[in-house]
Amino acid sequence: MADLSVRLAGLSLRNPVMTASGTFGYGFEFKDFVPMSKLGGIVVKGTTLMPREGNDYPRMVETAGGMLNCVGLQNKGVHYFAKYFYPVLKDFDTNVIVNVSGSDPDNYAECAAVIDTLDHIPAIELNISCPNVKDGGMAFGVTCEGAASVVKAVRAAYHKTLIVKLSPNVTNIADIARAVEAEGADCVSLINTLMGMTIDIERRQPRLSIGTGGLSGPAVKPVAVRMVHQVAKAIKLPIVGLGGIMTAEDAIEFLMAGATAIEVGTANFIDPAVSGKIVDGIDSWLDRHGVSHVSEIIGAV
Amino acid sequence: MFMKYIKDFIILSREQLDERNVLLRLRPTDGQMPECKPGQFVQVQAPAAKDTLLRLPISINNVVDGQLWLMVQAIGEGTKAICGLSEGDSLNLVLPLGKGFSISEATGRVLLVGGGVGIAPLLYAGRALKEKGLTPTFLLGARTASGILERELFEQVGKVLITTEDGSLGERGFVTQHSALQSERFDKIMVCGPKPMMMAVARYARQTNTDCEVSLENMMACGLGACLCCVEKTVKGNICVCTEGPVFNINQLTWQI
Repeated sequence: MADLSVRLAGLSLRNPVMTASGTFGYGFEFKDFVPMSKLGGIVVKGTTLMPREGNDYPRMVETAGGMLNCVGLQNKGVHYFAKYFYPVLKDFDTNVIVNVSGSDPDNYAECAAVIDTLDHIPAIELNISCPNVKDGGMAFGVTCEGAASVVKAVRAAYHKTLIVKLSPNVTNIADIARAVEAEGADCVSLINTLMGMTIDIERRQPRLSIGTGGLSGPAVKPVAVRMVHQVAKAIKLPIVGLGGIMTAEDAIEFLMAGATAIEVGTANFIDPAVSGKIVDGIDSWLDRHGVSHVSEIIGAV
Repeated sequence: MFMKYIKDFIILSREQLDERNVLLRLRPTDGQMPECKPGQFVQVQAPAAKDTLLRLPISINNVVDGQLWLMVQAIGEGTKAICGLSEGDSLNLVLPLGKGFSISEATGRVLLVGGGVGIAPLLYAGRALKEKGLTPTFLLGARTASGILERELFEQVGKVLITTEDGSLGERGFVTQHSALQSERFDKIMVCGPKPMMMAVARYARQTNTDCEVSLENMMACGLGACLCCVEKTVKGNICVCTEGPVFNINQLTWQI
C-alpha cells in the first residue's frame, strides 16, 4: 500500500484519480459502480450562470479510438445546481469540484461567486476550452489575453482552489498556461477535447449537428501527454492531466509527464467502474516498483 | 430505482434468425440475473473490433429462466462482431438501463407494433401484459416473410397480425396500412421500429386518440445519463433517452405528427 495522497494547491486528494467533467454526470449516476470514497475527486458537469439547452441531436459520433461530441454545455444553471444538486453532492465522501463555464468574464465570475458560497465545494475547474459553444468557452482559451481576462475576473470573485482547464486547440499551450498562472490560477488541467469533424459521405453532410465536435478517448492520449509534459516545464503550478486515460498505466504516464493528479473521462462510458480500478492499478504498480509515495513518480520524465 | 450492474455473461446458444439478425441466449456467469423491465436495454461491450470503443445499446428481447435474450442486427463493426460470437463465448454487459414500457398502467386492449429488429422488446413486453391477464395484439411488419422474427413465440403470447412490403406473409404493405387499424380500436399502443414507422403509428394514435408509447434508439455513449449525447427534444427540453427513455409517451415528444 503506497501513499497515494497528493495536493493541488490548497486541495488535498486521497489519491490522484478524479473523474472528468461531462463524463461522470453528478456522480450519483455511477453510485452502483464506484464508491465516492474510492476517488480523489469528481468534477461535475459544466455549469453556467443561466440554464443551457445545449446543441441539437446528433451530438456524438464514434471515431477510430475515440469519440466526437458537441453536447454544448447542456445544464440547468448554477442556481438550480446550488438548490437541487448541491444538497446531495455535499455529503459525498470525496472532493466535489464544479466545472464552470460562461460567455464573458462577468458571467464566469458571477457563476463562480455562487459556487464560492457552497461550503462543501472546495474547488472549481474553469472551462475556458469548450469547443462546442459559439459564445465564449474556447474563444477565451485560445489566446493569452482571453484566458487572462477570464481568470482575472474569476480570481477576484472566487476564493478557493481555482483550476483552469486548458484547450489543446492552440499554437502554444505553454504560453496560455503562463498567462493563467500570472493571473492567480492555483492549478491547470489539460487537455480539453481536440476539435474535430467527421462527414457522412453518402449524405454529404457532417455527422454532428453543429458540424464540429470535441475528440476524446485513447486517440488523443499522446497529444495530451506531450502537452502535460510541455506545460510542466513551463509553469510552477500543479497540473491535472487528462485525455484518453483508460488504464492505471495510462494514468502513470501522465504522472510521469508532470501531472500531480489525473482525470478519467471517456473511459467511464465504456466501464463505469474504471475510475476505481485505476486507483487500485496505480497502487499496485507503485508497490511492484517499490515506490512508497506517488509523489516520487510525478514529473519523473 | 433499479440497481445497475456490470456483469459477465456466457452465451448459451446462438440462433441465426435471418440473414442479418441473431438471437443470443445468455446467462450471467454468477448465475444472478438482475431484475429487468420490458423496454429496458443493456449496454454490450463488443468484442475487439476495428473502430469500436463504446458499448452498444441493445434492447432486452426476453428474460426467462434466468436467461437474457438479445436480438442483434449485424449493421456496423460492433454488432457484426457480436453476431460473430459463438456458444460458450462471453460478453460483458451493463444492465438494466432506462425506463421501460408502462406495463403496470396498461389496461384493456393493448397493441404492440414492431418493425424489423424493432420487434425485439415487444416479446418481453407482451409476456408481461399476458402475465397480468391481458391478451396483447402484436402487429409485426417487415420487408418480406423471413424478416418476421420469432413469430411462433409471439403467437404463444397473443394475437399476431403481420404485414410485409412484398405481400409474402400477412397483408401487403406497411404496418400502418393493416386492416385491423381501421376495424378495431385499442386502449394503448406500444411501438418499436424505424423512426418513420414509429412516427406513422404515432400519427394513427393521435388521430384515434389512443395512448401511445414509442421506444427510441438515439445514439448514446454512456447509457447512464452522464454524457448527455443521446438527447431527444421533448416538451420539457432536451432529455436523455438512456435514462428518461428509451420509451416515451408520444405526448412527451415534439414530433411533427
